[in-house]
Amino acid sequence: MFRNIGLIYKKEIKSYFKSYIAYVVIAVFMVITGFMFNDVVVKFSMLSFKAQGNPMLAKQYNLLNVTETVVRPMFGQISMIMLLMMPMLTMKLLADEKKSGTMELILTYPIRDAEVVMGKYLAGLTVFAAMLFSTVTYPLLLIALGEPEIVPMITGYFGLFLMGAAFVSLGLFASSVTENQIIAASLALGMLFLFYLMSMSAAYVSPGIGRIVSYLSINDHFFSMAKGVVDTEDIIYYLSFVVFFLFLTMRSIESHRWRG
Amino acid sequence: MIEVENLTKDYGARLGIDGLTFSAEKGELLGFLGPNGAGKTTTMRILTCFFPATSGRATVAGFDCFEDSLEVRKRLGYMPESVPLYKDMEVGEYLSFVAGAKGVEAKDVKKSVDRVIGDCGLSEYPKSMISELSKGYRQRVGLAQALVNDPEILILDEPTNGLDPRQIREIRKLITELAGQRTMILSSHILPEVSKVCKKIVIIDKGKLVAVDTPDNLVSNVHGATKMFLRIDGPAKGVTAELGKIKGVSKVEPDDSAPDAFIVSIKKGADIKQDIPPVVVNNNWNLLEMRAIQASLEDVFIHLVTKEDA
Ligand SMILES: Nc1ncnc2c1ncn2[C@@H]1O[C@H](COP(=O)(O)OP(=O)(O)O)[C@@H](O)[C@H]1O
Ligand SMILES: [Mg+2]
Repeated sequence: MFRNIGLIYKKEIKSYFKSYIAYVVIAVFMVITGFMFNDVVVKFSMLSFKAQGNPMLAKQYNLLNVTETVVRPMFGQISMIMLLMMPMLTMKLLADEKKSGTMELILTYPIRDAEVVMGKYLAGLTVFAAMLFSTVTYPLLLIALGEPEIVPMITGYFGLFLMGAAFVSLGLFASSVTENQIIAASLALGMLFLFYLMSMSAAYVSPGIGRIVSYLSINDHFFSMAKGVVDTEDIIYYLSFVVFFLFLTMRSIESHRWRG
Repeated sequence: MIEVENLTKDYGARLGIDGLTFSAEKGELLGFLGPNGAGKTTTMRILTCFFPATSGRATVAGFDCFEDSLEVRKRLGYMPESVPLYKDMEVGEYLSFVAGAKGVEAKDVKKSVDRVIGDCGLSEYPKSMISELSKGYRQRVGLAQALVNDPEILILDEPTNGLDPRQIREIRKLITELAGQRTMILSSHILPEVSKVCKKIVIIDKGKLVAVDTPDNLVSNVHGATKMFLRIDGPAKGVTAELGKIKGVSKVEPDDSAPDAFIVSIKKGADIKQDIPPVVVNNNWNLLEMRAIQASLEDVFIHLVTKEDA
């Protein structure tokens, strides 16, 4: 059981690094998030500079709180870039095997479908974790140079990780429904945006439906964590999201079998 | 060892196979022959538990391919038609992965991989990227991955497809050597491929069974009449007429291979070997050559398959 998951996992991780996908995606992610981090920090220091001459301004908008002005926007931006980059990380996981025909072989080895899915999922999750970890320098810089609150940073990262775990499961599912990687990536991006934009549309519908929509929204559950509040409801949301899409992925492989 | 009973696969638009029944004993090398689209790959995919049949039963080593699929898959070596491999892996690395996936115990993986690398003639390439190998060597890697768990049953889908004649000969030799005590099903749309290796041949066409027999029996049973090839030094017209008079001869035709060559068709059961020399001697001709013509399996195959069409 664990051995089979481990075998698939190892193979996928090796392939991520040998094909340079992992390096490229992580590097691009770092460049974009780095640029944006720099941007918020510069804005923050300009505000602080202005505020020196006008203390009222700072008080009014609560702008000189590093957590509010730098950390929270930073998390928002990281989550957005994650959403954009994740489909490229997950698109090959199953689509590639279907295209090259290796899926036929792997499905005739004495491995359960669930083990294949878990191995691939964990591999995607690992590369994502590395990608997320690459941004840790930014909060460390903040800690070194300023006095941000530590707790929201830790819970924020925990939230980002959970959100990314959900992204990977959705991406894996998208990769299972097609043998074309571009289609897999586009599908994943579309669906992720759908879940991401739900929170905005919640305002336009009736309160009852609005509650459901905002519950389903993938980023609403992240907001409170970015503020330092960890609610089990949010954790359960992300875990169920992952389980649901892994289940769909298995169904999709099964139907691939039946269709031949 | 392998039993297929009334097996049908419905693809929706068409039937992939339609009520197939055949079996292979332990240790038997079964040739699975049929033109393209006959349903060979479909049958093999059911036997290898890639997908289930629509109806009917397939059992391998006593286990049902659908109900006990994991048990079947443990005992199997399969090489699909397109020989799919992970191109970004090294040969040895890939085979170790497959060995693990097929349930070879961790401590035995290296031994198993070394064994198939040797057996399949890959000793010079364990560190080569699969993407850099020639088609013939990829075929060897495909065979090696099938054999790495030392399976009881070997299922090879058109293993020599797309190779050049020398590679075909090498792979065929390898298959014969490696079959050993295993039960093997080998498919092909080209007859000599299976008739050279297999003792028993299953012929299918359009998803249906056409014939099951040994290569020899197929030849003698199917052709009602056998033929003889003769070369006789004498006037063509006279020879044709005189030979036609012999009892048991149904037809005499000149053959293109030489001006003095004739093909004599013989009615079923008749033996005319003794009757020909006297006729030649009585007419003062010379008998230069006389031999029986065996109907080739190629003829049998075409005969069986076209009969289905009619
Ligand atoms: N996945 C599929 N979906 C629909 N039809 C298929 C599929 N695979 C094979 N077929 C059809 O089933 C028949 C048998 O195909 P196949 O088993 O591949 O034949 P063979 O291997 O003998 O060439 C063909 O008519 C083919 O078009
Ligand atoms: Mg085929």
